[in-house]
Amino acid sequence: MAHANETTSPPSAGPAAPSGPVRKKTLRQSDRRGVFGDKLFSGLAMAAGIAILVLLAFVALFLSSSSGRALYSEDEGLIVGQFLQYAMPLVGGTIIASIIALGLAAPVAIGVALFISHFAPPRASRSIGYVIDLLAAIPSVVYGAWGMSFLAPAMVPVYRWLHENLGWFPLFAGNPSGTGRTILTAGIVLAVMILPIITSVSREIFIQTPKLHEEAALALGATRWEMIKMAVFPFARAGIISGIMLGLGRALGETMAVALVLSGGALTASLISTGNQTIPAEIALNFPEAGPGSERQAQLIAIGLVLFIITLVVNMIARWIVSRNKEFSGAN
Amino acid sequence: MSTPTQETTTPPPPKAQNSLTQGTLPRWTWAAMLAGSVAVAAALAAALGAAFGAESFLMPLWVVLVPVIYLPAMLILQWVRINKRKAIDGFWKNLVYLAFLIALLPLVSVIWSVVSVGLPGLLAPGFLASDMSGITGRIDQETMETGGDVLGGIRHAIIGSLVITLAATVISVPIGLLTSIYLVEYSRGSWLSRAITFFVDVMTGIPSIVAGLFAAAATAWFISTASSLGLMAARPYTMGLTAAIALSVLMIPVVVRTTEEMLRVVPNELREASYALGVRKWRTILKVVIPTAISGIASGVTLSIARVIGETAPILVTAGFVVNANWNLVSGWMATLPVYIYRQFQNPIAPAATEPSEQRAWAAALVLIIIVMLLNLAARIIAQVFAPKKTGR
Repeated sequence: MAHANETTSPPSAGPAAPSGPVRKKTLRQSDRRGVFGDKLFSGLAMAAGIAILVLLAFVALFLSSSSGRALYSEDEGLIVGQFLQYAMPLVGGTIIASIIALGLAAPVAIGVALFISHFAPPRASRSIGYVIDLLAAIPSVVYGAWGMSFLAPAMVPVYRWLHENLGWFPLFAGNPSGTGRTILTAGIVLAVMILPIITSVSREIFIQTPKLHEEAALALGATRWEMIKMAVFPFARAGIISGIMLGLGRALGETMAVALVLSGGALTASLISTGNQTIPAEIALNFPEAGPGSERQAQLIAIGLVLFIITLVVNMIARWIVSRNKEFSGAN
Repeated sequence: MSTPTQETTTPPPPKAQNSLTQGTLPRWTWAAMLAGSVAVAAALAAALGAAFGAESFLMPLWVVLVPVIYLPAMLILQWVRINKRKAIDGFWKNLVYLAFLIALLPLVSVIWSVVSVGLPGLLAPGFLASDMSGITGRIDQETMETGGDVLGGIRHAIIGSLVITLAATVISVPIGLLTSIYLVEYSRGSWLSRAITFFVDVMTGIPSIVAGLFAAAATAWFISTASSLGLMAARPYTMGLTAAIALSVLMIPVVVRTTEEMLRVVPNELREASYALGVRKWRTILKVVIPTAISGIASGVTLSIARVIGETAPILVTAGFVVNANWNLVSGWMATLPVYIYRQFQNPIAPAATEPSEQRAWAAALVLIIIVMLLNLAARIIAQVFAPKKTGR
């Protein structure tokens, strides 16, 4: 009897019931409880998933509703032109800083990813991956402090030299900054910060290159570089692009490093003199001083919304590229 | 038995004719070439520095010139002595190694600068145990003039970081865990699950400052609506809870991604064995799936904590900054370590004497880096020590 109990009653019914009728009852009871538990649990899980979608919708909603006063004032009506005049230089500065960061970080990151996946000794490659991940673990404010106190002073003589010898080139025109806290320095710091994400995405995809493709290339007499060119890169192209896009999203939204490193100003083409400002740094520098509910605060939230939309589009393109290539690349 | 003796009598072929070693350079070539490049770069840097007035950065110029000389020199040497394909292969190999060295440069520089500058401040008496209340510009100025110990500390910032991060974890982990359970166990690839996966991925890219702005705007709206309905008194939105909401926006996607991955690697056989015993699905998830994946989940949560504890911008716009400890999450401003670092740099206590503020900032940065590294280490240890046995038998 006891043996039969053990085999028929599910674990959820608790300890084995002593006699027939009682056992039936507990089973039915536990079943009712179980059905309820199942419904409750799946409902909870689904609600949590929906809550995330709602949260993202709320982010867009609250930002747009709070930024209304930047576009419309009761005295002057629509002031979109005024807002654009304010926002455009900031968008420009953000894009300049991100382009510098991408231009510096992307080649190095792809090189590092190749080093880890195909060049480093296999035993060491794991720990080398950890070392690169350490770069991602350092908080952004520490990068900002480093860029401000160490990198910027070190760049001053370089900027002066660039100005004296390449001053005819618009990027190096203008007065070189005496503190070195320019958009180029900020771009270099941003490059360091986005390096790990591009590296890790590219590394993941490089590792997944089919071994057979690589070995076939090598067996045909290809050198290692030719093998990488013929087998690895075609396979990994989408992954590299999406890694770069993710890095771009990071660079666009990075706040503290720029806020600390850059001494901002009006939009200029010169990379070596003070000037330019990025959206996140502008918000961080001015938001604490702006009064709650003031027009200035609405303006800052409005450029935050602009930044949100830009990064959203960049990230969506990156994710779309990944998901589009998922099915036939085996990279999932 | 006679064949070996015959073979030994024939003279060994000259080395150059061995087709396997033909067309290779000696193993020490790269070292000799590197030494040569270093020497030539030094001479060139000195010459260039004198010619173009770049004396102030001779050292960096020298370092930059070494690869600029080494890479083409190796390329030409291999091209001439071996062949074009080998040369190009070697060239790219050197470039990849160079990329790795370049990537190491900032890491070493950042860690060295934080440790070397931050250590004296960290060792100042009472740095961890005191806060900044009562530390005025005059005190800092006196410290600089008399050369005494820098006063003031980070106790309040550590408390703020702890409380806010804990609150953010309490909000994010249930939502993140339940969402990943939905994605893995319940959704069966429906359009909703695809939408959630996509937008969670998109959410990982939300700029942290935007998350802060959202939390500020949402809390301000909530408080004004509630107070106009008479449910609560009007109060400023600047408080620890607002910051925790902002951090949750950043933390939830990380938790979802990592736990989802961990739940997916739980073998299906375990689930099926549980169902076969008549166990309900929710009990199976709670008693079989989650315990199997708990090490991965715990390490993922630890990593996400490590990520948000270093966030500055969202806290700057939601929790403000104070000089004394505040344990209350729903009233009053709070300081956290990153914001403390930022404020000490950006608004030194004594504008005329910034050294004490900078010393405190670097020491706080060192503490922050140590905390983040410990959390990362803890995540790896948790993942390895508590990992489920592969076979389950």
